[in-house]
Amino acid sequence: MKNLLEINNVVKRYGDYTALNNVSLAIPKGSVYGLLGPNGAGKTSLIRIINQITMADSGSVILDGEKLAPHHTAQIGYLPEERGLYKSMKVGEQALYLAQLKGLSKSEAKKRLKYWFEKFDISAWWNKKIEELSKGMAQKVQFIVTVMHNPKLLIFDEPFSGFDPINAQLIAKEILQLRDEGATIIFSTHRMESVEEMCDEIALIDKSNKILDGKLDDIKRQFRTNTFQVGLNTQNPLEVERILKESFKVYPSDFKLLNDSLTLNVKIPTGKTANELLSFLTNRGEVQHFVELIPSANDIFIQAINKNN
Amino acid sequence: MSKLRLIIQREFIAKVRNKSFIIMTFLSPLIMVGMGALVFFLMQKNDEKIKKIVYVDNSELFSKADFKDTKTIHYLDYTELGVEETKKKVEEGDFYGALLIPKQDSLEILAKSIEFYSKESPGMSVMNSLENKIEQKIRNIKLTDFGIDLDKIKASKINTDIKMFNFSGEQSSKLINGLKIGVGAIAGYLLMMFVMIYGTSVMRSVIEEKTSRIIEIIVSSVKPFQLMLGKILGNASAGLLQFFIWGVLLFVILTVVSSIFGVDVVEMQSARVPAEQMDAVKQATEGDKGQMVVQEILKLPILKLFVLFIFYFLGGFMLYSSLFAAVGAAVDNETDTQQFMLPIMLPLILGVYVGFATVMNDPHGSIAVLFSHIPFTAPIVMLMRVPFGVSWYELLISMALLLVTFVFMVWLAAKIYRVGILMYGKKPTYKDLYKWLKYKG
Repeated sequence: MKNLLEINNVVKRYGDYTALNNVSLAIPKGSVYGLLGPNGAGKTSLIRIINQITMADSGSVILDGEKLAPHHTAQIGYLPEERGLYKSMKVGEQALYLAQLKGLSKSEAKKRLKYWFEKFDISAWWNKKIEELSKGMAQKVQFIVTVMHNPKLLIFDEPFSGFDPINAQLIAKEILQLRDEGATIIFSTHRMESVEEMCDEIALIDKSNKILDGKLDDIKRQFRTNTFQVGLNTQNPLEVERILKESFKVYPSDFKLLNDSLTLNVKIPTGKTANELLSFLTNRGEVQHFVELIPSANDIFIQAINKNN
Repeated sequence: MSKLRLIIQREFIAKVRNKSFIIMTFLSPLIMVGMGALVFFLMQKNDEKIKKIVYVDNSELFSKADFKDTKTIHYLDYTELGVEETKKKVEEGDFYGALLIPKQDSLEILAKSIEFYSKESPGMSVMNSLENKIEQKIRNIKLTDFGIDLDKIKASKINTDIKMFNFSGEQSSKLINGLKIGVGAIAGYLLMMFVMIYGTSVMRSVIEEKTSRIIEIIVSSVKPFQLMLGKILGNASAGLLQFFIWGVLLFVILTVVSSIFGVDVVEMQSARVPAEQMDAVKQATEGDKGQMVVQEILKLPILKLFVLFIFYFLGGFMLYSSLFAAVGAAVDNETDTQQFMLPIMLPLILGVYVGFATVMNDPHGSIAVLFSHIPFTAPIVMLMRVPFGVSWYELLISMALLLVTFVFMVWLAAKIYRVGILMYGKKPTYKDLYKWLKYKG
């Protein structure tokens, strides 16, 4: 079984409003899967269906080869975007309670919690109340509560919001380590730089529909424009640009180099190759910069959403 | 099932550990007993002050024998001082008041022309006793005028005491009827208070989970229905615990108080019964009244009442607290609850009013019977009726109706709860709530 989670033709309606319209996804085992989309696209609805907080009107969800059933909650860890803990309950008691709700025995829960509290160096907080902790501290407890039962599937909704960069880094490292240990991770976020950093595959949901999914690299290839950033040290920049325009599409550059070189974005039309461009340039000056413009997750996101609208 | 147990446990511990629970549980019986003692003490104090009333009798019909001193009122004959001087004395504050009886030709006119002067307006009981004395005197004079022998009238006086029986062989009396009313009213009122206090506690707990945003984490592990049920049962157990502690504490405190001060609890109660009634009771029983009251209390179906209180408390609490939970889920903060609270509170309050108004007059009247079967008022009204003896089939019907209704209400409330806990922002309208009922899963 290659996929840990398969979502088939899921439809969810609230009254007249359709939150998910026939959405299908396949999430490979051991991957970090980015679930992207603008606000109100339907991400949270989908995540709630996977968590069995709500049920799909139609369609099916298959977890590790089995139709989603109540006992699966023990195999899923969920960190919601809107999260919190009981304010007046002690950290340790609360973590134990949540662990037991996930099906751990009390002694097992204690053992796991001890491991994580030591790992994050927060053992001293055990008897503190949540209201005595800072927001960042509470987030660490929240992360532990999400992962302590070693779930097969972890769902993080905007996991880095509320963390300072150092702690965000720490959490990112932990998430990747959990993946390496075999967990599958669904990662929902607006922060595209973390998508680049973490995701193996992505799906883009907009207006209740899935508009894009696949391996991040494949999607980048799909969105590739064959455009290169070019920097050339030449005596006669205007002349070079004029001749270049005869065989290539040339756009003004959106980057800077350290000396006064000619900088351009050049799109290679079909039938021509990057080598042809490079040899043209080397004949006319000293090539200082030659890089393919790879679409960022951010570019892809914006382009795809605009196209869908 | 074990998840439900975990939730009940957490809710119970959270509630019981709460400072207000501890204070309420251990302080309120003390406050109740303290208040009782205070009222008793004040009544004693109030009565201790002796009122001196002077009278000026120009009619020459009255004698000292007609104005016998009582514990609280002393009468002084100031006829010789004259009306004006006596009034002055009262005005100077030497006496509580002056009763002026003028000389008139006929008794009818005399009856209308007697005056009472005092610095402060006299209490009802003082005036009643004065009027009684005068009425009695004038009546006696008239009877004598008619040639009727007063001694014969006295001899003809007889006290009736109809003994009441029902067919289970219990004997009852006016006194025990009073006791039944008291016990029923206390049970019904207590139940309403418990439902309100613990119902709002369930609601607060739901709102807390919503505002702290832990709710989404919890419902990713358990079903919303389990969470709601756990909350209700956890709070109900805390309520029952509090009820038991109160019972034990009240018993202990009363025992201690009565043994230390030698105050007979029964005496304390009978002290409030008006004098005339006391006489009647005294004559009727001819025995140790205190002992009789204790016996009568013991004759009440205490165990039955206790078991039914627990049943109706649980039933009524489940019914109402599921509604409270739904309200808590529908709103974001406590101030928004007002609009939804009213329809929940109304039947509770109605139950108490109907109970007080109808059960006391006629515990088996049609209104009382009707309201003791309507599930929303049944817990209160039925508890009020139980001391008067309610047939087992009526109890069964009422209990069955309550059971069916609370299962239905819990189911209905769970539908609103399930949707509401994940909704933030806009305060919902009744129309929204209706829409939520129709959402699938």
